[in-house]
Amino acid sequence: MTNSQSTPGIVPNRLSGDAYGDNFSDLHPPLNDHEALVAADRCYFCHDAPCMEACPTTIDIPLFIRQIATGTPEAAAKTILNQNILGGMCARVCPTETLCEEVCVRETAEGKPVVIGELQRYATDKAMGAHPFTRAASTGKSVAVVGAGPAGLSAAHRLAMHGHDVVIYDARPKAGGLNEFGIASYKSTNDFAAREVEWLLSIGGITVKLGQALGNGLTLDKLSADHDAVFLGMGLAGVNALGVEGDDKDGVLDAVDFISDLRQASDLSTLPVGRHVVVIGGGMTAVDAAVQAKLLGAEDVALVYRRGRDRMGASKFEQDLAASKGVRIITHASPKAVHGNGAVREVEFAYTADGADGLAETGEVFRLPADQVFKAIGQTLGDGQGLELEGRKISISMTGRTSRAGVWAGGDCASGGDDLTVTAVAEGRDAAEDIHATLMGEG
Amino acid sequence: MKDLLNGTRYGADLHSNFLGIESPNPFWLASAPPTDKEVNVRRAYEAGWGGVVWKTLGEAGPPVVNVSGPRYGAIFGADRRLLGLNNIELITDRPLEVNLEEIARVKRDYPDRALIVSLMVPCEEEPWRKILKEVELTGADGVELNFGCPHGMAERGMGAAVGQVPEYIEMVTGWVKKHSNLPCIVKLTPNISNILMPAQAAMRGGADAVSLINTINSITSVNLDAMSPEPMIDGMGTHGGYCGPAVKPIAMNMVAEIARSQDTKGLPISAIGGVTTWRDAAEFMALGAGNVQVCTAAMTYGFKVVQEMISGLSQWMDEKGYESTSDFIGLAAPKVTDWQHLNLDFVTKAEINQDDCISCGRCFAACEDTSHQAIEMSEDRVFTVKDDECVACNLCVNVCPVEGCITMRQLGVDEIDERTGMKVPADKRTWLEHPNNPSADPNTCIIRGQ
Ligand SMILES: Cc1cc2nc3c(=O)[nH]c(=O)nc-3n(C[C@H](O)[C@H](O)[C@H](O)COP(=O)(O)OP(=O)(O)OC[C@H]3O[C@@H](n4cnc5c(N)ncnc54)[C@H](O)[C@@H]3O)c2cc1C
Ligand SMILES: Cc1cc2nc3c(=O)[nH]c(=O)nc-3n(C[C@H](O)[C@H](O)[C@H](O)COP(=O)(O)O)c2cc1C
Ligand code: SF4
Ligand code: SF4
Ligand code: SF4
Repeated sequence: MTNSQSTPGIVPNRLSGDAYGDNFSDLHPPLNDHEALVAADRCYFCHDAPCMEACPTTIDIPLFIRQIATGTPEAAAKTILNQNILGGMCARVCPTETLCEEVCVRETAEGKPVVIGELQRYATDKAMGAHPFTRAASTGKSVAVVGAGPAGLSAAHRLAMHGHDVVIYDARPKAGGLNEFGIASYKSTNDFAAREVEWLLSIGGITVKLGQALGNGLTLDKLSADHDAVFLGMGLAGVNALGVEGDDKDGVLDAVDFISDLRQASDLSTLPVGRHVVVIGGGMTAVDAAVQAKLLGAEDVALVYRRGRDRMGASKFEQDLAASKGVRIITHASPKAVHGNGAVREVEFAYTADGADGLAETGEVFRLPADQVFKAIGQTLGDGQGLELEGRKISISMTGRTSRAGVWAGGDCASGGDDLTVTAVAEGRDAAEDIHATLMGEG
Repeated sequence: MKDLLNGTRYGADLHSNFLGIESPNPFWLASAPPTDKEVNVRRAYEAGWGGVVWKTLGEAGPPVVNVSGPRYGAIFGADRRLLGLNNIELITDRPLEVNLEEIARVKRDYPDRALIVSLMVPCEEEPWRKILKEVELTGADGVELNFGCPHGMAERGMGAAVGQVPEYIEMVTGWVKKHSNLPCIVKLTPNISNILMPAQAAMRGGADAVSLINTINSITSVNLDAMSPEPMIDGMGTHGGYCGPAVKPIAMNMVAEIARSQDTKGLPISAIGGVTTWRDAAEFMALGAGNVQVCTAAMTYGFKVVQEMISGLSQWMDEKGYESTSDFIGLAAPKVTDWQHLNLDFVTKAEINQDDCISCGRCFAACEDTSHQAIEMSEDRVFTVKDDECVACNLCVNVCPVEGCITMRQLGVDEIDERTGMKVPADKRTWLEHPNNPSADPNTCIIRGQ
């Protein structure tokens, strides 16, 4: 039976067949050759370019765009991948509006930046065939990498290139980390995450062991004993709890789990979604959950955040994207209780205001109907492995060194930098360079 | 270019050998402001330039004096893209001894890069002899004789004043070869009517190579309030030297003429004029240049621009299977011919790809108003080519804003050209055999039944 958007409860199949394909197609369709040339032509080849400075992996943006403009996108890809081996994924998922494109001088001049992200995708798409890098002669050294997310993959690739043997251990049944399980589907279509991992690994010298979790049979001591160095890139395994009455009712879920199910679904029409969906949180995860719930056919989706829009972790672009898909964004409201008889029926919120002592409830409350609630109020480091922490993350130096000799860390699990794919890639790469220098006796 | 990661190259080896002067790539900076000082030249080498021709030196004595008002004018394309630059700068205005000391230091520190010294001294043997001895002491790889500067120096009997008189070129080149063993490149001015005359004179004088072009006499703009040409110096202006992307077609023709002329064939050429991307360089070299020199592109984008030239040229060479630059240098030169040798039986027709067409109508306006009325426009703005009117002039292709949207389809043998009714023959017929040519060979016409 086909359901509709107004079918009560949490059900699959709310849309007609084609609608799924349309809704989850590429957010930014790839540029064709003509569009790429026109877009590339706008770049001024700035000296000491601000965009380059704003890229966490410091890609030579003016050079790669000029290489596109002169008809050599393959050379452009090489320029990108030299700095950022996951340049393909980053082109799709980077919040460019708060990174390179925000500081593009043409944003300053005309309010319209050079579309760096789309050009990066244009170039890297041309390089997804044969792997462009080769390995240096074997060093006989072995490095363990925990986590096959962007941080771990980036570190592993750089280490393999320097001639070290790498073993990646990942708890999940599939490599890729949040590229595979977290990023919104319309940013990474056609199984791009998996294809990119396969392409990355084709450099050789990297063994991936899946279903192997540090803390579950695998210990840091053992890894340290078996390998010459260890890199931890295990991301954030924990999820913050809501901590309000009724938050254990049926239908209250972690947004990351919903997204992960969605990313792994082979047929989106089989995925159940509520009629009334409430998402709590203000970051990228909240927006992605809200937008994708709407795209799956939820009748109404409210994204509720306790502070103002300007404080949301999601960028202005992402907020606008959510609004354009029909997500209602409610700010200055904090959850008080989840009501319902077994399953959730309503969520109660208190209005908040920024006062002298921080955020305070105003006393006014309201309720939103809900048969599905997604919690997206932040993720946490799981087991810190006894390493020194900074805040709630593993404390690292500029080059990724942890408090324990021989152990490096990077990406979401480590201190410093934003929780972004591109930051994880940069940290993985830099730690790999430091590991290499250390193992070769230069460190 | 070295890969940042593991030392493998981007692709083909760009190593260049010009007159025995080695450089890691064929991209040299032309004698101009980018090469006027040690600090620039060091930075240029660090950025990847294969060689430099030092800013032209004059004889010792009171230094040259430049204007202290604007010395450049420019022509822009859409989006303020700099297409042409014009300047009224003279040769170096720094003391000779300072330049010579710097040249010696830089050459010592960068032995693998080419360093050529550009010279311009009065048209007498002694000053040339003297300065050559001084240049030899620096360890420089060669000299370039600046017979091209079109302004300022010409009034003093140097630069273009020499370059426009073949006898002077021959004479001065002869002195240089007599007093020095350094490879000698003669830089030609384009401000003449036939580039072969100065090129032949240089050869007669014993030049090892020619380089061209220097800048072209020009006025880039007129200030309509002040009623003065620009750049304007205290209300007056003068013609300056034009360079940049706009002059490339002129320079390419001159290079090709020298490369294909019986008299000058084989004379090594260093090509200059508008080189901005790897492709420009490949084109000049295909026409017969051994290497290229660049000025405006560096002045517009900075020294880093060479990185695109390097990666692009080696990627292209890889794709084509060329292992060294000598594999493709001059390959296009034999294809440059005179109009009378073109095949007049070769027929193409414009074809519009309807999927790419954005219906702007520019092709229609161009063809209808100014060409052969061969494009049809329907009520709903569909544009199609009328094969019975199309002369294949290519104007629509050139004005269409979507590259690749209009292409030329070549008619096969025995296909009928709907415009002329002629069947495309298997053999070819040039003007020399054409029936309309009063002095054509009648036999060809008879055989063809015409
Ligand atoms: C829903 C969502 C959407 C996002 N959207 C964007 C976006 O659009 N753009 C953007 O730039 N960033 C986005 N991010 C953030 C981005 O995904 C992360 O910053 C990035 O993936 C961090 O990379 P990482 O390698 O540190 O960790 P992860 O990608 O989390 O990878 C960690 C890996 O370690 C494995 N692992 C965990 N614990 C263990 C263990 N104990 N033993 C072995 N293996 C373990 C995991 O299985 C996983 O494969 C998003 C995040 C989420 C949650
Ligand atoms: C400001 C300026 C100064 C120049 N000075 C010299 C010079 O001193 N000697 C010389 O041989 N050519 C000089 N040139 C000419 C250049 O070397 C070069 O031949 C010309 O600019 C064409 O190359 P381009 O199109 O790459 O700029 C000068 C050009 C410019 C723009
Ligand atoms: S800031 Fe913008 S215009 Fe300048 S180099 Fe970067 S992308 Fe190009
Ligand atoms: S480019 Fe430099 S020297 Fe020339 S006018 Fe501008 S600031 Fe002055
Ligand atoms: S100029 Fe090109 S795009 Fe414009 S109508 Fe003609 S074919 Fe179409």
